[in-house]
Parts: sequence; C-alpha cells; structure tokens
Amino acid sequence: MQVPAPFEYERATSVDHAIELLNRLGSEARIIAGGHSLLPMMKLRMAAPEYIIDINDLSDQLEYINISDDEVRIGALTRHQQLLESDELAAIMPIFRDAEKVIADPVVRNKGTLGGSLCQADPSEDLSAVCDALDASCVIKGPDGERVVAMHDFHVGPYETAVADGEMLTEVRIPRRSGSSSAYHKVERRAGDWAVASAGAAVTMDGDVIADGRVGLCAVGPNLTNVEPISQALRGATPSEELYAQVGQIAADNASPNTDTRGTAAYKTHLAKELTVRSLRKAVERATNGGAA
Amino acid sequence: MQVHLTVNGEEVSKEIEPRTLLVHFLRDHMGLTGTHWGCDTSNCGTCVVWVDNEPVKSCTHLAAMAGGHEVRTVEGLEVDGELDPVQEGFIQCHGLQCGFCTPGMMMTARALLDRNPDPDEATIREAISGQICRCTGYSTIIRSIQWAASKERETAVAIEGANA
Repeated sequence: MQVPAPFEYERATSVDHAIELLNRLGSEARIIAGGHSLLPMMKLRMAAPEYIIDINDLSDQLEYINISDDEVRIGALTRHQQLLESDELAAIMPIFRDAEKVIADPVVRNKGTLGGSLCQADPSEDLSAVCDALDASCVIKGPDGERVVAMHDFHVGPYETAVADGEMLTEVRIPRRSGSSSAYHKVERRAGDWAVASAGAAVTMDGDVIADGRVGLCAVGPNLTNVEPISQALRGATPSEELYAQVGQIAADNASPNTDTRGTAAYKTHLAKELTVRSLRKAVERATNGGAA
Repeated sequence: MQVHLTVNGEEVSKEIEPRTLLVHFLRDHMGLTGTHWGCDTSNCGTCVVWVDNEPVKSCTHLAAMAGGHEVRTVEGLEVDGELDPVQEGFIQCHGLQCGFCTPGMMMTARALLDRNPDPDEATIREAISGQICRCTGYSTIIRSIQWAASKERETAVAIEGANA
C-alpha cells in the first residue's frame, strides 16, 4: 500500500492566506492543488513535506484563462481540462490543445493544474515545453509582493524551480503576437503516458518570413526546454523543408537524453529532431493560414 | 483531523489522519468497498469516484481535500433499488468479466453520459482512456455504455412524448 508520510493539513482561504501559511510553516510546507504530481512523489517518499496547504478553494482567484489583445493570463489553478476545452485559447495558441490531448487521461485532467505541472519541474512534463515555446513568464507571489520570472529561468533543474520558500506560483503570462501560431508533437508508449520525447514550436510570421520562432523540447535532457540556437536559426528565415531539417538537427545536437525503459538515447535524439521538424512545419502552416487547423 | 463531507447524499463526519487517501477513506472508514483500489498510481482508474459531479482518481486525492464536497461512489448509482441505466447496460452487454475495473468504468461512463447523451464510439473510448480493463473487455464495455445511452435517449423521448 502506498501512502504519504504523515503531515499536517491546512486549507487556504485566499492567496494571501496561503502565502501567510507558507511563511509561518516554513520550508517543510508544500502547496497542493490537483495533487497529481505531489501525491505520487509523496507516496514514493521523493517528497515528505510536514505541512500540506490545500489551495483548491481558491478557484475564484487562481482559476481563469484571460485573453486580452496583447497577452494571455492563465491562473495557476487552471485545470488541464479547461486548457483543453477552451476554444478561445485553441484559436490563438493551438499548442495547448495539441499538448493537453496527450497529457494523462480525461479523469486526471479534471484535477491536474497548470501550476502544479510547472512546479513539478519534471523534465518530461509537457506544459513546461509548451510554456517555454510560447515565451511565457511565471508570476511568483511571496510576502513582499510578486515577481515575474521568464519560463526559461523558472526551471532551475530537475524538480527544482525559481519558487522560493514562502512563495507560490500564481499565474502564467504569455505574450500575444500577430501572425503567430504554434504546435506540439509527442511520442508516448501508450495513451496518456509521459513523453518518450516531445517538441513544441511557436512561430511569428512577418509575411513569408519567420520573424521569431521558439522550440521547447521535453524528456531529452535534464532541464532542456528552449533551445536558443534554434531561435537564432529561425529568425528572419524563409520556411522550407531544408530549414526544418537544419533546425531539427540543432534540436538533436542539443539533446542529451538517457537510455531508459522509454527508449534508447539514440531513439530519443531521433525523436527530438523529427518532432521539432513536425511541430515547426505545423506551426508555420497554421500561422500562414491564420488559424488553428 | 475531522473531515466533514457528503457521500452519496449522506453527510458524514469522521476523524482521520490527514494523509488518508480518499479511496481508503471510502473503503476502510465508510465500508464502501464498491470503489476498488488498484494500481495506486492514478493509472488504472478502478478507484474513480465523483467529487462534485466530476470523476477523479481517489487514490490520488486526499480525503481531507474532499472535505466540504459531495462525493459519489458506485454505490450511489442505484437509487431506491433501481439500477442506473449504465449498470443495466453492463449487465445486458456483458460489460464485466472479473469486475475489478467495473466501478471506475461505470462512474466515468455515467459522467460522460451526463455531459454527452449521444457519444460516438471514439468519444467513449477517449472518456475511458484513463481506465484499464485487464480482462481486455473494452468492446463489451463500450457496447454497455452505448446501450445505456440509447436507453436514456429512448426514455427521454418517451417522457417528451408523454408531456406533449
């Protein structure tokens, strides 16, 4: 039987209350939202917090997808299911629906949250790659107010984030750019599994030229999400199969996967290349057609 | 700690350890052993129950988190001796072999039909993709859910007809 080690349970009544609890209870306190990352870690004793602070009552403050002209703001407690079902989000950032379709299963998606996924900081976690491809920023709130950290700096290492003791992730902000679109491709052993490897791409077109492009990879390195040389290669380039192949090769060259039960390092490196190509091709096609088809 | 919640419409209050998982709370504290405890890793889905009308995997849900909420288990499908159409469908179409996955399958199926009274096969397959049937009896499970959907649509038409 797998059960977590003993802990004390607290329920937050507001974001400020949650932060107050985090600061009062100290470094052994953890936030629980959907629980689908933290509870398995606790069952395996990879995490053994002394205090659990339940924020599920804070949906008024933390569960939302707000789309304005220049950015999208998503509350940390937003569930996978909401990210999957939002037609408004899919219309401008189809990468979310692409990824959410292949994250876990419908029942898990009812509970699991965006914030929990990012804070787990698992190198195989899909939404981290999605958010990095989209050049997202994370809003971290603490006793002295909030600070904004680029997604690229949010993951400090495997299972380690920029969120310090006494702080919590409250929101993810994604810039909106005209002429943009995005796509995500994942290879998994069976439906809903962690990625063998996956790649997400987001591009902004300026006429026939790629003004800006980013690729986020997951499961092919300890903390590899965005690959800067890819962005450099894409800037100002004209889309072509040759360009995709060149960029795919950069992804493969920057990948450092381990051989494990999900596949060999060589296979995962191949996937990093091929999935980068497919995601880029799709993102450009969508951006050019002005839709999410 | 004390936890207050509603289980199948009944208010309950129990003293629990905070680390008690909802699946164990239901089985060991409430004696509701219809909810099965399977893989313990949120993969197999036999522990699916509803929290506030939404299916969740109760092996990956603290009982404490269900405090103040409404939980519905497979025991809550039958009302006053009358089986839910989903239960009837599982009987009619041989939707269970060993029966281990059945409670989770039925709770997920019920939630699906409440949201979508006429799901196609692909939609049903997607809905139960978080459940594992180790007898591999998926085809009959899908037929059982289709049977329930069709029965409910007929009943709905009959009621509309009677009201006309």
